[in-house]
Amino acid sequence: MIAVLILCAIGAVAAVLLYVIAQKFRVEEDPRIDDVEKMLPGANCGGCGFPGCRGLADQLVKSEDISSLYCSVGGGDTMKRIAEYLGKTAAEKEPMIAVVRCNGSCDKRPHTNVYNGAPSCKVEAALYGGETGCSYGCLGNGDCVVACKFGAITINPETRLPEVDEEKCTACGSCVTACPKGIIELRKKGIKGRRIYVGCMNQDKGAIARKACLAACIGCGKCAKTCPFEAITLQNNLAYIDAEKCRLCRKCVVECPTGGIREVNFPPRKPAETTSSTGA
Amino acid sequence: MKGFRKGGIHPPEYKISKKEAIQDMPLPESVVLPLGQHIGAPATPCVQKGDRVLVGQIIGTPNGFVSSYIHSSVSGTVTAIDNQPDVRGLRSPSITIKVEGDQWLETIDRSDALIKNCTLPREAILKKITEAGIVGLGGATFPAHVKLTIPQGKHADVLIINGVECEPFLTADHRLMLEKSEEILIGVDLLCKVLGVDEACIGIENNKPDAIERLSQLSLNYPRIKVVPLRVRYPQGSEKQLIEAISGREVPSGKLPLDVGVVVQNVGTAFAVYEAVQKNKPLFERIVTVTGRSLAHTSNLRVRLGTPISSLIDYCGGLPEDVGKVICGGPMMGRAIANINAPVTKGTSGIVTIREKGAVRKQPQNCIKCAKCVSVCCMGLEPYLISKLARLERFDELEALHVTDCLECGSCSYTCPANLPLLDYIRVGKAEVLRRIRINKTQQNK
Repeated sequence: MIAVLILCAIGAVAAVLLYVIAQKFRVEEDPRIDDVEKMLPGANCGGCGFPGCRGLADQLVKSEDISSLYCSVGGGDTMKRIAEYLGKTAAEKEPMIAVVRCNGSCDKRPHTNVYNGAPSCKVEAALYGGETGCSYGCLGNGDCVVACKFGAITINPETRLPEVDEEKCTACGSCVTACPKGIIELRKKGIKGRRIYVGCMNQDKGAIARKACLAACIGCGKCAKTCPFEAITLQNNLAYIDAEKCRLCRKCVVECPTGGIREVNFPPRKPAETTSSTGA
Repeated sequence: MKGFRKGGIHPPEYKISKKEAIQDMPLPESVVLPLGQHIGAPATPCVQKGDRVLVGQIIGTPNGFVSSYIHSSVSGTVTAIDNQPDVRGLRSPSITIKVEGDQWLETIDRSDALIKNCTLPREAILKKITEAGIVGLGGATFPAHVKLTIPQGKHADVLIINGVECEPFLTADHRLMLEKSEEILIGVDLLCKVLGVDEACIGIENNKPDAIERLSQLSLNYPRIKVVPLRVRYPQGSEKQLIEAISGREVPSGKLPLDVGVVVQNVGTAFAVYEAVQKNKPLFERIVTVTGRSLAHTSNLRVRLGTPISSLIDYCGGLPEDVGKVICGGPMMGRAIANINAPVTKGTSGIVTIREKGAVRKQPQNCIKCAKCVSVCCMGLEPYLISKLARLERFDELEALHVTDCLECGSCSYTCPANLPLLDYIRVGKAEVLRRIRINKTQQNK
């Protein structure tokens, strides 16, 4: 009986104490942070540069100017809603997507040796140039697959190259930092998902690059000459298409002698006009 | 018997080629000389395409203090200065020379006569060593003149010569100690003179009794030099372990051997110093062990730098049919070759062919925390933990666990009963931690 009473007394004292302390040391937090956090997707991917969604919500509420803050997972709609709620103006960004800049599938890029160490691109890249003659290309161990929190990247067993699922990719950028070869880039998703990019990172001279991979960029510069919008620059034997300037005319794709420039989500080309090959 | 205290392993020795006398490898058709054959900044080429060069002529000049000269190893015409793939398959700037005849610089003394006396002052000897492009020939290729230049406020009292050759298979240093014993001792004496030390110890593991006996006998004529037989233990050839084994001094974490008054050089380096100072011969050839359990003729070859590795293997009977892997260096610390046509460089101590059976890694299983890796780690680290944290990219904790002390000897991976690729991840973690430390330092300096 006495024990029960003592316990109750301790409980009561502790409750009072807790209440007093909680009142004294209460942290005033803007209730809007909770609301903003609820509006964010809650993926906690870190793509915005903050530790989780709450970090971004906190920053969104506190900063005067939120134009530098962006949640790529939620996209423009989410940002607009949050900005409306907070009475600020949100940054407007075009939706982005991760693209894999390597064409070196198994049939195009012959293997010259076998790697049998730890299954990690980082480990392999620290050791040597990789299983093929191209030391710039994809190593195929799938560090990007592990890094992707949305399950958007898978390694195609046939080509042994990563493939990005357009529906699932949120452009958080985890794969970009995970790839030790810097192959993955965030590019504009484009109207109707249409985009053109150089699917190669090889900076070797043309002959060497070509020997290592049939679909390598050989730095011939034909694409740069063809481009009517000066969107293509050539540096270190490698072409790069500036997505801001590119108007998706697809002339470079046709021109590339190795087929290294990739076009995505375009309707099939009209069959080439039949030239009168029968002769007169 | 002396030895280092902590950890270490004793892998099967397989010193198959220890009875093979050093032979001269025939000249190749062309050589590829990378400009970065040493630790530090790559050299700057000082010849042009189409130039005719002689054996021993300088073709690359050092790019800063921690860098080295590169000499032509053959006579002929420079055919290209471009990027060539190395053993890792990565391209680095190199000079390609087509071999025409074998015409040496006239200043080089090609006779076999032993020159014992040297009246040069120490500065002149050091200058000769620098200009001969000598780097640590044990495999680390740290420029020798940097180690021999003692900075202000530091003092060295012992020179330790590394004749340990603790890697399995390799016998290049062993043969060199047997065949060029007198030259090595003169070289060590010269190194003592440069450093101004009165004591030099040559550490040799007692699996080379003939070398110990021969050098001990000859060293009686050199009062400064003594030979120290050592217990066989890998990685005794590592600088810090060798210092502990011979002098009992421990190099603290993050410090250099010079901080405990010691300078370490390899026997091969001592021989190169002899040739550079007494014979005016720069470093353009080295002894390479070509070996393997199924290789037809295991040999110790004197090879001109830049010779393709494939021609060495062809000379020794060609690649065996059951080959699974070719390693450049020893089997413990060496690396599997991705490009067999890569050139022999200053750091190539051996070429080892591994049979298919031994080349494949076993399937890794789960870590059972048996701590075998902890007990073999010669630096007293916790490999299982470091490896795991490196995998999880927890770099601050890695730094606190002294990952930067790891010498990448591979004892942990060798001994792991679960076949875990411990070192693979440790290496990645160490590189990242070192990178972060470097960035922090440069930021602080600003």
